[in-house]
This record gives sequence, C-alpha cells and structure tokens, in this order.
Amino acid sequence: MTLTLENVTKTSGRETHIHPVSMTLERGSLNVLLGPTLSGKTTLMRLMAGLDKPSSGRVLWDGKDVTGVRVQDRNVAMVYQQFINYPALSVYDNIASPMRLKKVDAATIDRKVKEAAGLMKLGHLLDRKPLELSGGQQQRTALARALVKGADLVLMDEPLANLDYKLREELRVEIPKIFEESGAIFVYATTEPHEALLLGGNTATLWEGRVTQFGPTPVVYRQPGTMTTARVFSDPPMNFIAVAKAGNRLLFGEGQSTAAAGSLAALPDGRYTAGFRPNHVRLNRPEGETLNFRVRVAVTEITGSETFVHADHGEDRWVALRHGVRDLEIGSAIDVFVEPQHVYVFGTDGALVAAAAYAAAA
Amino acid sequence: MAKITLSNLAHAYRPNPQSRSDFALKQMDHVWDDGGAYALLGPSGCGKTTLLNIISGLLIPSQGKVLFGEVDVTRLPTEQRNIAQVFQFPVVYDTMTVYDNLAFPLRNRGTEAHLVDARVRDIARMLGMTDVLGKKAQGLTADAKQKISLGRGMVREDVSAILFDEPLTVIDPHMKWELRTQLKALHREFGHTMIYVTHDQTEALTFADKVVVMYDGEVVQMGTPADLFERPAHTFVGYFIGSPGMNVLPAKIDGASAYIEGCQIPLSRHYSGLETAKTVEIGCRPEFLTLTDRPDGLPVQVRRVEDVGRLKIVRADFFGREVNIIAPEGASISDRQNRVVFDPARINVYADSWIVEGKAA
Amino acid sequence: MEKTFNNKAWFMVLPVVLLVAFSAVVPLMTVVNYSVQDTFGNNQFFWAGLQWFEEVLTSERLHDALIRQFIFSAVILALEIPLGIAVSLCIPKRGVWSSFCLVLMALPLLIPWNVVGTIWQIFGRVDIGLLGATMAALGIDYNYTQNAAHAWITIVVMDVWHWTSLVALLCFAGLQSIPDAYYQAAKIDGAGRWKIFRYIELPKMNRVLLIAVLLRFMDSFMIYTEPFVVTGGGPGNSTTLLSIDLVKIALGQFDLGPAAAFSIIYFLIILLLSWVFYTVMTNYGKGEGR
Repeated sequence: MTLTLENVTKTSGRETHIHPVSMTLERGSLNVLLGPTLSGKTTLMRLMAGLDKPSSGRVLWDGKDVTGVRVQDRNVAMVYQQFINYPALSVYDNIASPMRLKKVDAATIDRKVKEAAGLMKLGHLLDRKPLELSGGQQQRTALARALVKGADLVLMDEPLANLDYKLREELRVEIPKIFEESGAIFVYATTEPHEALLLGGNTATLWEGRVTQFGPTPVVYRQPGTMTTARVFSDPPMNFIAVAKAGNRLLFGEGQSTAAAGSLAALPDGRYTAGFRPNHVRLNRPEGETLNFRVRVAVTEITGSETFVHADHGEDRWVALRHGVRDLEIGSAIDVFVEPQHVYVFGTDGALVAAAAYAAAA
Repeated sequence: MAKITLSNLAHAYRPNPQSRSDFALKQMDHVWDDGGAYALLGPSGCGKTTLLNIISGLLIPSQGKVLFGEVDVTRLPTEQRNIAQVFQFPVVYDTMTVYDNLAFPLRNRGTEAHLVDARVRDIARMLGMTDVLGKKAQGLTADAKQKISLGRGMVREDVSAILFDEPLTVIDPHMKWELRTQLKALHREFGHTMIYVTHDQTEALTFADKVVVMYDGEVVQMGTPADLFERPAHTFVGYFIGSPGMNVLPAKIDGASAYIEGCQIPLSRHYSGLETAKTVEIGCRPEFLTLTDRPDGLPVQVRRVEDVGRLKIVRADFFGREVNIIAPEGASISDRQNRVVFDPARINVYADSWIVEGKAA
Repeated sequence: MEKTFNNKAWFMVLPVVLLVAFSAVVPLMTVVNYSVQDTFGNNQFFWAGLQWFEEVLTSERLHDALIRQFIFSAVILALEIPLGIAVSLCIPKRGVWSSFCLVLMALPLLIPWNVVGTIWQIFGRVDIGLLGATMAALGIDYNYTQNAAHAWITIVVMDVWHWTSLVALLCFAGLQSIPDAYYQAAKIDGAGRWKIFRYIELPKMNRVLLIAVLLRFMDSFMIYTEPFVVTGGGPGNSTTLLSIDLVKIALGQFDLGPAAAFSIIYFLIILLLSWVFYTVMTNYGKGEGR
C-alpha cells in the first residue's frame, strides 16, 4: 500500500499554494511535514486526503489513480490542532463512532474501543463527555478515534500544538509507538524541527509551498540539500558565513582558512556560503584543526543544562549552544571555534555543494 | 518600578474554603525583586494564571495582600496598578499605525509630544520596527503584532511590572527565537520588573533570572535555571524541567549508598534519618547517566534510540522501569552496551517527593 | 476552494432553482413585459417600446417621490445607526439582565408591520390617541393628518421605534465577540471610555455595522405598510414615498405600463445603491479595522 503524488500542484487564482510535488509514502511509514506556518503543510495534507482536488498532477493509491475520488470514499482519518470530538457523545461513543458508521458488530467495537482507550490512557474516562476532559485527554480521544478507524492514511495536522509542553513531550513518544503497529501511512505536520527529530521516520521540509527535500529524518537533518532546508530544519537556526575558495584552500576571512578536502577539492574557485549548527560552535579551543572567529556577545540564555550564546559576527547573528551554565558578559568580545568537519558549504544558488564531513560519517 | 510582595496570599474560587484542596492557590509568601525577570512555570491548572490575575488585578484574593513597593494594591483595579500586560494573543489597535499604537499609553497619560516621539522611536529601534512605524497595525503578521503589544508594555518608563501571559503561543518556532532574545535585550536595557507565565520550560528558563515552578496551586521551587536543573527541590520539578525529565527511581538508602533491587549505587553524600519517610527515591537526570559495556554499571536493556540531531535519547528498561539516557550526537549504540553508570555527584535523594540534603561524606 | 467534485450535487439545487424561477424570475419577466406594452383592457397588448420608461423618468411626480424617499432613508439611517450603537453599548454583557434586555429589544421586531402602523395611527390621534391627546393637553398643536412636518415626524419616530432594536441587536452581537483582553489592555494603556469605543469597539463592529446599514437602507427604501397605514401618503403628497406612489399608479389608476416601468427603475435604483453602499463600506473596512 503506497500513496504517490505525481507532480501535484495547487493554485487558486494567481496564487500558487503548492508547487509541483512528487513523493511516495510507504505503508507503515511515519512522514513528517516540517515547515513554518503557511508553508503549505495543511494544503498538502488536504490534497493527500482528497479534501481538495489538485490543480494538476495525479494522486495514486497502490498505483491506482484516485485523484478525483472523494474523501468519503477513501479510508482516511484526520486529527486536527483543535480538539475535535462530538460534544454530546461520551468518550466511549466518540471513539466508537467511526466503527458504528461502518456497521461493525457491537462486540468488536467494545473490544477495539477498550484497546484504543487503554493505549491512550483513557480507560477510566470512557463515560465522560469531551468537555469535561482536559485538553490532553480531549486530543487523546480524537487520536483514539483515528486509531480505531483502521484507516489506510492517517493525517495529523499539528495535533499537539495546543497542549502543554510536558504533555506534548509524552504524546510525541507515544504516538509513533502506537501507530507503528497499525500499518497505515502516517503524515504528521509540525512547525517544530525538534518534534520532527523526535518522531523520526521520514521528513519532508516545506518552504513557501515547495517541498525542498524528502527523505529519512536524520538524513534530511544532517545532509540538507539546500540552505532553505537547513534553515527550516534547524532550531536554533544554522549559522552562516560567506567564504571564498581559492586553489586548495577555503577562506573564511579573518585569516581563517581550511584545506578544501574531499568533495570541496573539485569545486571551481569562487564565492560560497558556509554553514554550521549552533551545537557545533565551541567556546573552548578543541584539539586538532579549528577555525577561530571573534564575535560580540549579544544575549545569553540559560536553560539549566545548556546555554545559548547569541553573538554578532559582523552583520550576522550567530548562536552557539553549549552544555552547562556559561555566564558571559553582554557586549564582550569572545572567541568561538568551529571544527572544519562540521562545516557545510552551499553555492550562491543555495544548493549544498559539500556536506559536513561528520554528517557523512554519522 | 517596584519590588512585588505577596504576603500570606491564597485564593479559592468557592466561598468558605474548608480543606487545603479547595484552594486554587495555596498560601504563599514571596518577595520578588525590583527589576527582576521572573517566570511562573507549570502545567495547566497549576494556579499560575490565578496568581497572574491576582497580580494584574482581575481577581481579588480570598486572603493575604499584594504590595507593589510599599503600596498595598490588593483591592485596586487593574488600571490603577500601573502595570503593563502582554496577552497570549496579540492585542493591537487595528485602525492605528504602529507608531500610534506605541504612543497610545503615553498620550493617554498626557505625556508631551516630543517625549512621546523620542520614547516611541527608541522602543521601535529596539524592536526592529522603525521601518514599519507608519503602517497600519492590522496588516502585520502575528509576531509583528505581538512585538507591538510588547512595545506598548515597555513604552512607559514608570510601570511597576510588566506581565506576560504565554506571549509566544501563536508565534512560529523560528520567530520565537527572535522575540525571546529581543525581550531579553529589552529587559536589560530598560530594567522593568517582568513576570512571565508559561507552560513551556524553554521559554521560562531562557527568559528568567528566577523561575517559580508551580504545581497543584503551590510554589514547589523558586530558583535559578541552574538550581532547577541540578537540584530540583521536588520530584515534580525534576520531571517537569528538562526533556526528557529526571529519572526518578524508588531506592533504599544506607549512608552513602543507594540500593535498587539489591544493586548498589554509590552516592557522593551521606544520608540519614530516612526511615520515617513513606517513599524514598533517587533522581538522576538523563544527562548524567552513561551507557556502557563496562561491568561496573547496573544492568539495562536498550529499547529504543531516538536520534534528535545534536544528541541521542536512549530509552532503556531498568528493572521493569523506563529510564532515559542521553548520549552525544556521534555516539554509536550497540547491544553490548547493557550497563548504565550514574554520576554519583548528580544523584539527588527524595523523601516523600521532597529533596533531602545529605552531609558531605 | 472546491470541497467535492461530485456533480450529482447539482440535482440537490434543482428544487431551489425551480422555486426561485417561479417566485422571482417569472413575475419579474411579467413586469418587464408590461413595461414595454400598452393595453386598453380585454387582454389586448400593443408594443410601446421604451415610452413608459421615458414618461416615468421625466415625470415630476417620480422625482418628488424619489427625493422624499432619499430624505426618509437618510434620516432613518442617521438616527437608527448611532442610536442602535448607543443602545447596544448599554446592554449588560452577561447575566440575567442581559437576556432580559435582549428579549425586550426583540419585541418590536415581532409585531407585524401593519399592526405597527395601526398602533401609531391610533397613538398619534388627537381625539383618542395617548400621544396626540397628551400633546393637545400640553397645548402643542400636533396633527399628523394636516401638518406635513408632523406627519413626517410621526413616521420617522415610528420607524425608529420599530427598527432600532435590529441595529442594537446586531451591534451587541459584534460587541460580544471582542475578547476581554482588549478591554483589559485598553485600561492598562490608560484609555478612557471614548477611546475604547473609538479604537476597539467601533473597528471590531465594522462588519456587523455594514450588515445593519445595508438592511436598514434597503428596508427603509422599500417601506410601504407602516406610513401608508398611518398617513396614507398625506397630507397631500407630503409622505408619499416611492412604494406608496407605485401602488397608487398600479392599483389606484391601473396604469400597468407606467407602473411596471416604475417598478423596474425602482428595482435598479435599490440594486445600484446597495452595491455602492457595500463597496464603499467593505473598502473602508480594508483600510481601517475589522
């Protein structure tokens, strides 16, 4: 069972909501759509579900064209950011409702409802009405309903966005576990890179209606194909600096340079942009070869275990993320260090020309 | 600007509260320093919003007093409290320009035009909004609108406190970074007393000098982010701060050793007098657990490994309980690593959920 | 955004299409038919071209009625909209009194139009009406059957009495949708009552005000029953509004051709003005608050 999008687009009037997308989602896979608000996540989901018809292109189920088939005639479940339940029905009846529509026998319904309620830790709340529940319980009810439906395609549009931080953290762990077993295709939209990483599976990064990259989550994270993908899939944001390649050296300014090794060696001389993640910026000189930059501290943020150091390098604002509590004086000049193995190089068009050496190894 | 004193404060939504559980906010005494940045952190229903409403003047507490400086404001309405507030959803005056929005609180108080102009431009510069000053507020994005709300709070120099009620809820993650650092910078520059209510630990910890963790109507700990991380006063704080939270495991304590299922875990301090406690637990953060294949560790079985980019979260089974272990980005985790080592200096001991101070061994 | 691609749905619309055809399109075409023909009875019709339109458009009588109609609608809007807003601001936001006020406000809207006319017709009579008699007792010479100004005041006050509630209820609904945070923020910013109204309530009421103005404009422009019952268009022609005039031509004089032409012109005027109102107000909404 696969869901395939073939050059699917969505336009309305002169506005393009989705630029041509081609992707294949496999049975039992968890697929994250990652992008900021209005990047096209919801639109793409609606196209997958059949709630909207693509302006061009085809949607295939197991190779069969279902482009014009209504959502009612596909086996699709959807969970939204708002907690959507039937307010007049008890939790039990809410969870049972999709099966009752399909005329499943009462014994099976009872078994499945109890099973799903158990997984979602709702067992003791089955007699309550949704409005008597907390937000987390309401959303778990909606999730349980999607689960028992036995849908082939389950779409979740930022399902945890309205929940408390800690609850979100717990459900984020539970959701992949629960849905992994059902064998459906999962699509999960989120604005948070951290959430995509925690969920694992595959990630498609979206930016202004374009899917910029699609692949296994760690691969997209470590080998972003473009600067845009790197930006979308980075929280805190990736740090960038203009570099030049001359001969066999990569020049960073300030007298800093590194050997243009590996795939960099073959690049023509010219201007490029280098990028590195905040957690690879060090405040102490590491052993071995390192790049050294002088920056001015703008703000430090302490999370207890870690410190974010926001610092200005020329016109650019950089972020360093280090373990422990680092109290740095605001406005002071400090040295930061970056190992060449952590540096990505992008062309002037934004396409990746050389992935960081560590990423290829990881 | 003023320090804020909460004296003998408590609140119950129903009249004549009888038992402790009737109180949405249990009795508390706190003094918050002038010019400090405080965060009220806790899950929904913990009483943080009740406390905020008492400070802002929406609610009159059932008992106790609120003082701004030396002035008792317990019964004063919001507008007489000289505070500013930023709400969960941006509140802007749609028909006004950004400039007029920022100038509004000053003009209403009859500030001279040239002073208004100087202050508004100052704030706009700090917020990076100088180039949109002439625009109508209506057409702006959510984060820009929230910046205006923020600016309107900052524009008056004489406010006693600025209150923030989950101000980043509707803001995209990558914009949260910008707003948070701007808020930090504004606090440094203008030195207002700030109180920030949130359920998001990252926001609370990065914003505040002092974080007030609330749970079930009560302040369970008030401390610096480092305190909360390293020495959580209550197991709830350990669980709530950090992601994943602290591993809390029932244990027997004997002097400077903890025992779990007969396995000894050395502690860095000496504990006594725990016999009377109903439950005794040890807490250790995932950051201070190391997965190893050395024989000196305790037996664990790895269940899952989550690669979250800059680190790996290992979910492991430890005598039938789940423990979380954090491993570095590059770490390779194999089946042979079936032992876990606790960092003795980072283990806290809890009796009936509250931390116990040990003696130096 | 299309939600479904099933063309069967069109069959569902068919009954409505038929209903609209028989109730609106067919009668309208009959009127158009009349407007270009002449008859001398016996169901015999002659082609008259645009003769009736010319006649009606150049007639002094229509011009006068049109001017009266504009004045009437303008006065109605100028009174009812501000008054409705003011009333809506006075209704308590929640609680028993809120419901009580809403029921009270809804009462005039429930009375049939000809009854409203009759009530005021009697109310204003000098001999038996409470208002008329009181005025007379106070020594004020009030008589709407003889004095044109008095007749006008009577029908305007009657309309305000009847329809201000509608505006107030709509505005109240608009006010209810404003989150409390706005009021709290305004208080914190030191805004007074007027500024709260000017910068929060009015911009947030914009949408419902548009609906209120449109409804009241169209209704008042087409008003017939109430003034007809009270004054019958008099004294003289002083309160003969467009619709009253139309009925006089069509039924009083049985001039079907001119009446049909009149109807079409009337219809076009309303359509045009409603469009103008709508465009102006929505554009204003874009520039200002919503």
